[in-house]
Amino acid sequence: MEEHQEAGKEITPSSMLVDLQGDSSLQVEISDAVSERDKVKFTVQTKSCLPHFAQTEFSVVRQHEEFIWLHDAYVENEEYAGLIIPPAPPRPDFEASREKLQKLGEGDSSITREEFAKMKQELEAEYLAIFKKTVAMHEVFLQRLAAHPTLRRDHNFFVFLEYGQDLSVRGKNRKELLGGFLKNIVKSADEALITGMSGLKEVDDFFEHERTFLLEYHTRIRDACLRADRVMRSHKCLADDYIPISAALSSLGTQEVNQLKTSFLKLAELFERLRKLEGRVASDEDLKLSDMLRYYMRDSQAAKDLLYRRLRALADYENANKALDRARTRNREVWPAESHQQLCCQRFERLSDSAKQELMDFKSRRVSSFRKNLIELAELELKHAKASTLLLRNTLVALRGEP
Amino acid sequence: MAAEREPPPLGDGKPTDFEELEDGEDLFTSTVSTLESSPSSPEPSSHPAEDISANSNGPKPAEVVLDDDREDLFAEATEEVSLDSPEREPILSSEPSPAITPVTPTALIAPRIESKSMSAPVIFDRSREEIEEEANGDIFDIEIGVSDPEKVGDGMNAYMAYRVTTKTSLSMFSKSEFSVKRRFSDFLGLHSKLASKYLHVGYIVPPAPEKSIVYLQRTVKHPILLQDPDLRQFLESSELPRAVNTQALSGAGILRMVNKAADAVNKMTIKMNESDAWFEEKQQQFENLDQQLRKLHASVEALVCHRKELSANTAAFAKSAAMLGNSEDHTALSRALSQLAEVEEKIDQLHQEQAFADFYMFSELLSDYIRLIAAVKGVFDHRMKCWQKWEDAQITLLKKRETEAKMTVANKPDKIQQAKNEIREWEAKVQQGERDFEQISKTIRKEVGRFEKERVKDFKTVIIKYLESLVQTQQQLIKYWEAFLPEAKAIA
Repeated sequence: MEEHQEAGKEITPSSMLVDLQGDSSLQVEISDAVSERDKVKFTVQTKSCLPHFAQTEFSVVRQHEEFIWLHDAYVENEEYAGLIIPPAPPRPDFEASREKLQKLGEGDSSITREEFAKMKQELEAEYLAIFKKTVAMHEVFLQRLAAHPTLRRDHNFFVFLEYGQDLSVRGKNRKELLGGFLKNIVKSADEALITGMSGLKEVDDFFEHERTFLLEYHTRIRDACLRADRVMRSHKCLADDYIPISAALSSLGTQEVNQLKTSFLKLAELFERLRKLEGRVASDEDLKLSDMLRYYMRDSQAAKDLLYRRLRALADYENANKALDRARTRNREVWPAESHQQLCCQRFERLSDSAKQELMDFKSRRVSSFRKNLIELAELELKHAKASTLLLRNTLVALRGEP
Repeated sequence: MAAEREPPPLGDGKPTDFEELEDGEDLFTSTVSTLESSPSSPEPSSHPAEDISANSNGPKPAEVVLDDDREDLFAEATEEVSLDSPEREPILSSEPSPAITPVTPTALIAPRIESKSMSAPVIFDRSREEIEEEANGDIFDIEIGVSDPEKVGDGMNAYMAYRVTTKTSLSMFSKSEFSVKRRFSDFLGLHSKLASKYLHVGYIVPPAPEKSIVYLQRTVKHPILLQDPDLRQFLESSELPRAVNTQALSGAGILRMVNKAADAVNKMTIKMNESDAWFEEKQQQFENLDQQLRKLHASVEALVCHRKELSANTAAFAKSAAMLGNSEDHTALSRALSQLAEVEEKIDQLHQEQAFADFYMFSELLSDYIRLIAAVKGVFDHRMKCWQKWEDAQITLLKKRETEAKMTVANKPDKIQQAKNEIREWEAKVQQGERDFEQISKTIRKEVGRFEKERVKDFKTVIIKYLESLVQTQQQLIKYWEAFLPEAKAIA
């Protein structure tokens, strides 16, 4: 199934997630996307007056794996250890949607043609929504990089944006698997650090607070996200239920010969419209609530990762201190130990300073995003409730007015 | 995506989930319905159960008061009461009006010889205009309430008894207000009697009570059934002979089920020459209606189920939003998240109430009508049986005539006489069969007309109520979100 995303100048989901200050020196967007059998091809368009680039406007085609490569490159780069690396976009996943479409195609002879058409329409809309979301996720990842004063200057980033050919990052399966395995081991060690189990003493109140805060926050936002997803899916179910109800009422209406005829037909129409409204409630909740929670779940994980790295640096610093003390006692190789300790200290302090700034940015980013989305959520819910009320009232007037 | 988990059981400490009543659990509703032209509508109260009217059949909105934890289900009835009855020969009164059909006593019911006839019984139609126009005769004024379930007896012989209260100004009753105690098998007994008396002449007897109050209300709305002395006895007399044969799981009950099955087979083999297109049309119409209603009913049941799920999921989300609000270290955002949690909790309540309305108004209306249509179909079947009987009589008469002819040829004078007697006998039977058939056809026409009119009013009334419940939900939603919006904006 091929889907094209128009170069949407409408409000994209990505702008909902992060308030990015428009910096015209480097503008990145995904101007087009095509969904093929099992992959999505994104057209990444860059507009920039930076001297580094050969042209002021250019675009390349990238696939999901290349985004991941870029993300990993940032994570592995020591220079950015003190920064929150924007979370990698999730892999495009149309499996569930595709399965549903297939099941519908296999046919259930008990449903009418109109019902089938409506259900197909619903599923296609769902597929399209998933598609739009994956584009938005990939876009916001790039846009955050482009907006960050340090990250935007990365060489790999330039390559990603400009290099016309394939980045050849796809054949790495075994290495990736192994890498993933090792990452998990490191992760658990980090968890030990950050949960205080390793006995490392935190020296800074600010970070102590952030540590406890982020641990709890991340768990809870993940929970909230999962549950928001379920609510959204229930709304969707409800909307889908209206399809057979409307169809049955329609049949009843056509069969009836008495005054109930018009009533049934009006009811059929009512439920059809209610279905659309309920569907919109579902998709708005999805965008404004679920997606936002999901994004900040990932972002808070990225913040946690930053804390891990800083604590690792602190551990290194402490170890370097111990090594220096030992060297001084033995009066051997004092100078290398000193210089190593100096380096560790500087690194740790650099990380701490930068981390502090990053974490404060994270907070303000989060607060502003929640504010924006919660306001919009409330406004949309109101809009839909008012529309439903009007619709229902009109139907009631019509029903009562009949003899 | 997380794996689907069972939504937490609805309502901690709330009234019983109305889908999971066990067998033998007798929960009851106390309702009062008035058939007068009273414009009152149910007062919504704060308790969710009391918002909803369980009465879906009144042509006018009825006052409904629901007790906590009560629901009208006769779960102890484990068998379906058959609408068919052993064939009986009706003795028609000499009156031309088909209002009353006295019945010969049988072994099943307490013997009662009905010889009296009502003075100028007139069939009262449901419309108000006609009631006003009515020269003689009472205004149709009768209220029935069923209440106070009480356990009587112990162990195996224990049963639930209910109080049936009647308020009426109809002259046929000796008092204007009276109440009696009845048990479930009494209700079944009443149904059995009424069905046996009236079904085979074409009256649509409301189907056996799963909802006793609805059953009684429908029964008293039927102008003919209302005048039945058995019904009166049921409502009035303090002692009622035990309707032995309607005991749940009784031997007779099983016999009835077998009869019903046999009848079903019979139905398929009756090939009637339908001379009247009206009947064919109507039967088809009811068949279609039945199918569509079943479909709609199934879809509405799915709606109820999903709305309950939505409610449960919303409640779960509310909790996690509250937790998130607690964790959040930005004060204003934290407060806004707590407020969001509160809104979602209120919305979960809303969804629960709406699911209730979905069920009690929409779903139950449909299942009521599906059962009623089954009763209608039963009546059509009786007509076919009636026709069959007439046919059979005609065939037998023919045979008897042949016999007579043969005897005449063979010159056996005593046999000839016998044959002549039999011919006379069967001629009478043929005539009777024809009269019966015509009668039942006429009655059915009238009944179907009445049923149709009632159906229209019924549906409309309930659907309007249901839509109003939907409106109310939306209005509450507006209230909640309007209250939340400034909180969200206050995040600095």
